[in-house]
Amino acid sequence: MALKMVKGSIDRMFDKNLQDLVRGIRNHKEDEAKYISQCIDEIKQELKQDNIAVKANAVCKLTYLQMLGYDISWAAFNIIEVMSASKFTFKRIGYLAASQCFHEGTDVIMLTTNQIRKDLSSPNQYDTGVALTGLSCFVTPDLARDLANDIMTLMSHTKPYIRKKAVLIMYKVFLKYPESLRPAFPRLKEKLEDPDPGVQSAAVNVICELARRNPKNYLSLAPLFFKLMTSSTNNWVLIKIIKLFGALTPLEPRLGKKLIEPLTNLIHSTSAMSLLYECVNTVICVFFFSQLCVQKLRILIEDSDQNLKYLGLLAMSKILKTHPKSVQSHKDLILQCLDDKDESIRLRALDLLYGMVSKKNLMEIVKKLMIHVDKAEGTTYRDELLTKIIDICSQSNYQYITNFEWYISILVELTRLEGTRHGCERIILSKSMCRSAVIDVLFSNQTLEAMLRPKVTTLPGHIQAVYVQNMVKLYASILQQKEQAGEKEAAQEITQLMIERLPQFVQSADLEVQERASCILQLIKYIQKLQAKEVPVAEEVIALFAGELNPVAPKAQKKVPVPEGLDLDAWINEPPSDSESEDEKPKTIFHEEEQRHSRHRQPEIDEEELARRREARKQEQANNPFYIKSSPSPQKRYQDTPGVEHIPVVQIDLSVPLKVPGMPMSDQYVKLEEERRHKQKLEKDKKKKKQKKEKRGKHHRHNSLHTESEEDIAPAHHVDIITEEMPENALPSDEDDKDPNDPYKALDIDLDKPLADSEKLPVQRHRNVETLKSPDSEVPLVEKKSKKPKKKEKKHKDKERDKGKKKEKEKKVVEEEEDEVKKKSSKHKKKKHKKEKEEKSKDKKKSKKKSHPSEEEPPESVQNGTLEDEPLPVSSCSKPLRFSQGNLQHDSQVTVSVIFENKSTSFLKSMELNVLDSLNTKMLRPEGSSVHDGIPVPFQLPPGISNEAQFVFTLQSIVMAQKLKGTLSFIVKDDEGSTHEKLDFKLHFSCASYLITTPCYSDAFAKLLESGDLHMSSIKVDGISISFQHLLAKICFHHHFSVVERVDSCASMYSRSIQGHHVCLLVKKGENSVSIDGKCNDSTLLSNLLDEMKETLSKC
Amino acid sequence: MHLQLSREINSVRSVKESEDTQQQIIRETFHLVSKRDENVCNFLEGGLLIGGSDNKLIYRHYATLYFVFCVDSSESELGILDLIQVFVETLDKCFENVCELDLIFHVDKVHNILAEMVMGGMVLETNMNEIVTQIDAQNKLEKSETFIFQSPRQDR
Repeated sequence: MALKMVKGSIDRMFDKNLQDLVRGIRNHKEDEAKYISQCIDEIKQELKQDNIAVKANAVCKLTYLQMLGYDISWAAFNIIEVMSASKFTFKRIGYLAASQCFHEGTDVIMLTTNQIRKDLSSPNQYDTGVALTGLSCFVTPDLARDLANDIMTLMSHTKPYIRKKAVLIMYKVFLKYPESLRPAFPRLKEKLEDPDPGVQSAAVNVICELARRNPKNYLSLAPLFFKLMTSSTNNWVLIKIIKLFGALTPLEPRLGKKLIEPLTNLIHSTSAMSLLYECVNTVICVFFFSQLCVQKLRILIEDSDQNLKYLGLLAMSKILKTHPKSVQSHKDLILQCLDDKDESIRLRALDLLYGMVSKKNLMEIVKKLMIHVDKAEGTTYRDELLTKIIDICSQSNYQYITNFEWYISILVELTRLEGTRHGCERIILSKSMCRSAVIDVLFSNQTLEAMLRPKVTTLPGHIQAVYVQNMVKLYASILQQKEQAGEKEAAQEITQLMIERLPQFVQSADLEVQERASCILQLIKYIQKLQAKEVPVAEEVIALFAGELNPVAPKAQKKVPVPEGLDLDAWINEPPSDSESEDEKPKTIFHEEEQRHSRHRQPEIDEEELARRREARKQEQANNPFYIKSSPSPQKRYQDTPGVEHIPVVQIDLSVPLKVPGMPMSDQYVKLEEERRHKQKLEKDKKKKKQKKEKRGKHHRHNSLHTESEEDIAPAHHVDIITEEMPENALPSDEDDKDPNDPYKALDIDLDKPLADSEKLPVQRHRNVETLKSPDSEVPLVEKKSKKPKKKEKKHKDKERDKGKKKEKEKKVVEEEEDEVKKKSSKHKKKKHKKEKEEKSKDKKKSKKKSHPSEEEPPESVQNGTLEDEPLPVSSCSKPLRFSQGNLQHDSQVTVSVIFENKSTSFLKSMELNVLDSLNTKMLRPEGSSVHDGIPVPFQLPPGISNEAQFVFTLQSIVMAQKLKGTLSFIVKDDEGSTHEKLDFKLHFSCASYLITTPCYSDAFAKLLESGDLHMSSIKVDGISISFQHLLAKICFHHHFSVVERVDSCASMYSRSIQGHHVCLLVKKGENSVSIDGKCNDSTLLSNLLDEMKETLSKC
Repeated sequence: MHLQLSREINSVRSVKESEDTQQQIIRETFHLVSKRDENVCNFLEGGLLIGGSDNKLIYRHYATLYFVFCVDSSESELGILDLIQVFVETLDKCFENVCELDLIFHVDKVHNILAEMVMGGMVLETNMNEIVTQIDAQNKLEKSETFIFQSPRQDR
């Protein structure tokens, strides 16, 4: 044994601890991964050992490795083992590891429920604290539901340290288990006025966090917070409250006026910059807005402290939402901030710009941004800039863009930038979108050709889809142009080009692209045939795009109600057999498509014909001197540049050349636009006509200008960009704006409604109880209740202490009946004896479990003479569960059986018996639980019922009587609800209870007395009136002796202790007195035994 | 330097991420923070990695150490800067003149200290004395257990 222990600790010495691990990793920089995998192997070995200290050390190291990015979820079970260690040191390591690596997907997490519950109710506040901290990191909906009630109870814990943690963790519980919010809210509210500032702060924190998401439910708390704001001196609390008011005030404008005064006071009195800032921030944004405040912010922004500058801009952006005009006047300052060396500040300024643009200044702002794009080195920032430019321009459907030619030129410039792969996709997308709108304005041969370049296929699918669509539009326009100009050959060429290039899209992996491309391809092939017959087709093709086809809103489908009686999941026809369909379906699609677009049927073209045509085309191309051979050239040209560089650069056939040497082309537009506006103004002044003449000869259809736009700036081209289309019968609901998965939506709960009976937190059911069913296992959380019983309970405790007696029963008290019950219980307390039998020794080898309850117990209860209506704790036997030679002298066990009788009229459940262990006597608890854990009583008690439970104690020394303090906690449930109650008791182990009645023969007895090993002691008790016979019976019964020999009024008696002490007595009765001489191996035990006997006899 | 950073980021733990994502966040954050000059502001706008625009990185730089907190808009920016200061001062008290190596070798202790300040992503306690008291009490408890641990009778 000893050797094993030594070996164990030597092993442990060689284990690496955390520090060794860290040092090792630092020393193995070159082969870190290898070293760590070695360490993990060691750790796995350590985890296999039984020693909890070794395990904890291993888990501690794992936690560190987790931080380095190694997956340690395989050790989840070991972590739970360490969590359930009884020592705080290990427990803390376990919970830390759990909080680092457990998450909702960890399956073993459900095993922790009971362990956590135990820790939560631990008498050691740090056990509870560490459990709460850990739980806050990995709470799951299940854990939240199961533990909500326990945490609720902790919110009223006596220690502020626990209270504040319990309050704070409630937020996590609410998130995971929203049903708990209403039952728990009253107590949470109470905590706002907790005497401890930490608890108060936690409560404010939780409520603010809740209110931030759903402010309207918390309006009723405003007066309470108002009071707090004027009384609290904690800056953290104040900041939170002020932020909260910032959220509440928009909902209740009257609040604003009330708040001005306290806020102003704070602003004047506080020295904390953080608080000051929050006050100012809230004041300007919410309560009374003034130009003055913006001026103040300006001062902040101009401050040399970068943090203040940043915050100033941040506040500014909040104002922007409500008062955009007043911010616009500070454009200079904000543009200046764009030059700041600090990226955070530049980004803030960019954000502000977004809200500042108007038709007037858009071009100017974008021009400045373009300069920044050129200067920006970091790609992140440049991408951000690009995105912002596009956002700024495209906001509200290009509301601020007056000249799309300019915009396109900007986009073209942006695409030319190098190394902005990220931003480019955005640009193309936006460009394509834009193009579909402005396509009529800008078209040309080259554009089409550019669009057909093979590299386009490297773009993402959704962009290609837009692309393909626009190609046809372009094609249609060009076709019309050519036909009108009578250039038939050119028209045919362009058709040929389309047919040539479209197949690359038909092969696209993206379904949408594929579908669109193949439809169009068929269409164009048909057109080609018509062209060959010299039929003019342009008009008809153009007609395809005659109607407005707005984009369909993404939510449109959802908004169409399903017509009554329509089952979308039902088959319309019998499900087709597998063989069919495949080939046929596409045909029908084409069929419909063509019917819609043209009057003639496209004859189907089979592969052969296609091949033949392709051949013919090639031939034709080869012979055509005007045809630019497409095959290798475009690819070659771009071969050595990365893919995004291939974004086609649109050559726009416009009045102004896009490329002006030495000058960015968009600048040209700025100038032109200015000119145009100027001209416009002049014209308007002169004529005040609404109709305008063409400005830019080439664009016939879009020159009717809107002269009455808000800012009197007419767009150069009128482009209809209509909002997304909704089906006519769409439901006008906004519900879908909210994300159904938003965790905070579930917390949108009316808290002012009184609690209904059904709203309760689930309380754990007792697992062992199957026979007794509780009427209702849920406990409504009614606050007032829990308080009253507490006081009563105290009275009980006092009484008990007075009586100084042993253990008693539980009792539940319902209001009036209370007194009565008390009397009863105090009465029976006196008589109650808890008793225990020990036993053990020679029959160690026998299996105890079977023999004792059946054989020993019944006789004993008889001996004890149990009184009928009084609950008697009855003792029974005990036995060491383990037998080990070395420990015999120090290890004895005693089983205590306790009868619980419910004398109240309420239902009792979840009883847990806990005893404060002494060094000598300990309650035997299940493996893995701590010394502070109670042991559940395996049954529930309906009114008037009694039942018996047994508990095992371990003793080291039996020479002295022992008294243990204990607590029985239980839930009292009656019609009105349920309360948690406790009952304190003392458990008295008399020395007699360590004796086992053992028969002894007189000769053996005589030898024993002669041996001389025994200490001797004696007592004499006067005033004994009962008969000698009766007296001996009492000693036998109460002190577990047996009579060896009796001669007249003299008797010898014998007994034996569980640890093998022999006890011999010589009892002599005189007149009215009894003298007892005792002999025993242990003098202390003997004198204690005699003292007990004296007490018993003196009562006779 | 990298290690310290990782710890702090881990400790924010507002969102449970896989280890890979965690490491990526840490690397990226480190990259962002370390290339910033002195005398710029202590705030960094949130990227997608840290949960979008509502979130911010707020950091302080002490010698070779960066303390980075990731917070959402319900926290006061300057308040968090104060909190980092409290954290560092607490570390200084608990380790008695804290230095980089203390933090490297006693990651668990740093975690325990942080746990007294921030719980489940929410600020728990901002009063340094209170934090130090609780930490000391727990250390004492741990020591007393070590003592019991060494006595063979209890060990069994």
